[in-house]
Amino acid sequence: MSEARPNGSKGQIMAALRRSLKREQPAPEERRLLEERLAQPRAGLIPARGQRDHAAQLDLLEEMLTELSATVARLDDAAEVPQAVADYLKSENLPPRLRLAPREDLRVLPWDSQPLLEVTEGSAQETDPTAVTGAFAGIAETGTLVMASGAEAPITLNFLPENHIVVLRASDVVGAYEEAWTRLRARFGNGTMPRAVNMITGPSRTGDIEQTILLGAHGPRRLHVLLIEDAEQPAAAD
Amino acid sequence: MLQSSSPAFKENARAALADQTLQKALGNVKAGFIGKRAKARARLPEFEDLRDAARDIKNHTLANLDFYLERYEEKVLASGGQVHWAATAEEARNAILTICRDAGAKVVTKGKSMISEEIGLNAHLEEAGLDVVETDLGEYIIQLRHETPSHIIAPAVHLTKDQVEADFRHHHDELPADRSLVEPEQLVAEARQMLRHRYLEADVGITGANFLVAETGTSIIVTNEGNGDLTQCLPKVHIVIASLEKVVPNLEDATTILRVLARSATGQELSAYTTFSTGPRRPEDLDGPEQYHVILLDNGRSQMLGGEFQDMLRCIRCGACMNHCPVYHAVGGHAYGWVYPGPMGAVLTPSLIGVDEAGHLPNASTFCGRCESVCPMRIPLPRMMRHWREREFERHLSPKAVRFGLAFWAFFARRPALYHRLLGLKMRVLGALGRAQGRFNALPFAGGWTKHRDFPAPQGKTFQQLWAERQKGGAGS
Repeated sequence: MSEARPNGSKGQIMAALRRSLKREQPAPEERRLLEERLAQPRAGLIPARGQRDHAAQLDLLEEMLTELSATVARLDDAAEVPQAVADYLKSENLPPRLRLAPREDLRVLPWDSQPLLEVTEGSAQETDPTAVTGAFAGIAETGTLVMASGAEAPITLNFLPENHIVVLRASDVVGAYEEAWTRLRARFGNGTMPRAVNMITGPSRTGDIEQTILLGAHGPRRLHVLLIEDAEQPAAAD
Repeated sequence: MLQSSSPAFKENARAALADQTLQKALGNVKAGFIGKRAKARARLPEFEDLRDAARDIKNHTLANLDFYLERYEEKVLASGGQVHWAATAEEARNAILTICRDAGAKVVTKGKSMISEEIGLNAHLEEAGLDVVETDLGEYIIQLRHETPSHIIAPAVHLTKDQVEADFRHHHDELPADRSLVEPEQLVAEARQMLRHRYLEADVGITGANFLVAETGTSIIVTNEGNGDLTQCLPKVHIVIASLEKVVPNLEDATTILRVLARSATGQELSAYTTFSTGPRRPEDLDGPEQYHVILLDNGRSQMLGGEFQDMLRCIRCGACMNHCPVYHAVGGHAYGWVYPGPMGAVLTPSLIGVDEAGHLPNASTFCGRCESVCPMRIPLPRMMRHWREREFERHLSPKAVRFGLAFWAFFARRPALYHRLLGLKMRVLGALGRAQGRFNALPFAGGWTKHRDFPAPQGKTFQQLWAERQKGGAGS
């Protein structure tokens, strides 16, 4: 009975829903309110911890990430990123090889200052040990990184390599999730999303064997954040 | 749909109680979940208010489910995805198989999805010759064992580390037999190694959805391992399977509920990966699936809407109710006999497969109320279990002895004077007989109770008598 109808059983399901809701359609006034709710999203209850001043948010972000077994290094300038990446790989005994997100502001960094570092761009390949990507935002509330997919941000980089190094600008750090949505809408348009938005909160983990938390289940075992304390401050608290 | 063994709940429970290995594993439920949730809750002063807000969002959405589902569908189509509406489990299975066949698929990877368990998806795809690979570590383990999940977020919680080691040694026979698998880390590393190339060779990746967002046509999954993401970003086809009630209006609404989800489930502030997917790969993208399909499954939900079980549609599958349930702690998830165990299963299962099939489940409760007290969506689980008990009684499904006992009691309950006189007499007799010991270890008609614990001896007076004396003796104390 279900052979290849384009919508499947949409008609039947909608009819059943309307029978249960005891209505054909929302009344015009009701409909207007629903449309408005969709078009003008309003923030709900935002926890106080997501509403601190910007310096406190940077601290909270670092504290939450550290608690999750991620590591954070603060840099004064993006130009220090190649050196910081090389140092990190060395300190963790990792091969000096990385796949870089093809993002203009990462590409222009002084990678030649690290002649031992092998840097290639693109989406992740099976043999890549380490990815270096740029975050769209950081959310202090829970120590969460927001990655927005696109030409400059292949999403496989976030998951396939064992080690993930994320470059995050302090001016892109917000207190609460809702602020990240506001910025996302400002960048991509209302009601439009990048194909994938990945919120990353710590390295991959599992508790599936006797409820013991272990890192590196399928995604990255290591998550290292390079926090660039750029001079540019975020727009006054919105 | 998946076959149920719910009618055999009592036998299942008896076997579970006698299973020493299972009992050892179940100890991890209490140890692993309760304290962590309590800590996360204590850390967020707004937690209780967020529970109210989360409940209100879902109530609003359910009251307008027709509207939000249509808007959601429009946005999925606009982003280049496809929506397949499935009224039944069979329709959903067929739609998925058709998509797999059209893609010429041989290998299908799967993220954890309870809906796929509900519709018996794996067996259906395997019968059609597909190689189906579960990628969540817990799901992978139980797939090796040909078992079903015993918990909705920790599918292998019924197993010990030693059992997992034995399974890995048996199934991964291409690896050196003398390798060490003593540490849990070694088991995790081995599963990682075994699954890595499966992600890359898969033609289709199937995931569930924790939320669907009407504003943007987005599906959201919440995971910790990263398997769900590798499942959906590497193959050329991504299929999302979700039931109707997963939809919420805006990103902000999803956010509010996310704030209570992980904290209630594992006690995490947020799961490691919260992934928002909107349509297939775009022209400028370097990776991601070429096709994005959503299967919207009804399978009984539309009938729950507008009725006494509507509140159950708020459930976000965090597992807190079973993590805090004394019955679940004692018998584990498999005893419940179908996909959804614990208190949420005791309410949902009769709705989905019928009270004649699952009538035992709402009875498997002490009504202690812990499930409702921890439910992030404030679902009145005990009340709904009571509704099912009433229906079971009305439909004459309960056993004769129970019906006779209730009828006997009801005869006296309708005659208060007689009831009080008889009860007073009974209390005096039992009080006198039990005075020496203070308890009974055997009583006529109460063997079910006294077989396992003593019955405390009454003090000689009924509650009503004590109350009357107290009122007379001057209130205020």
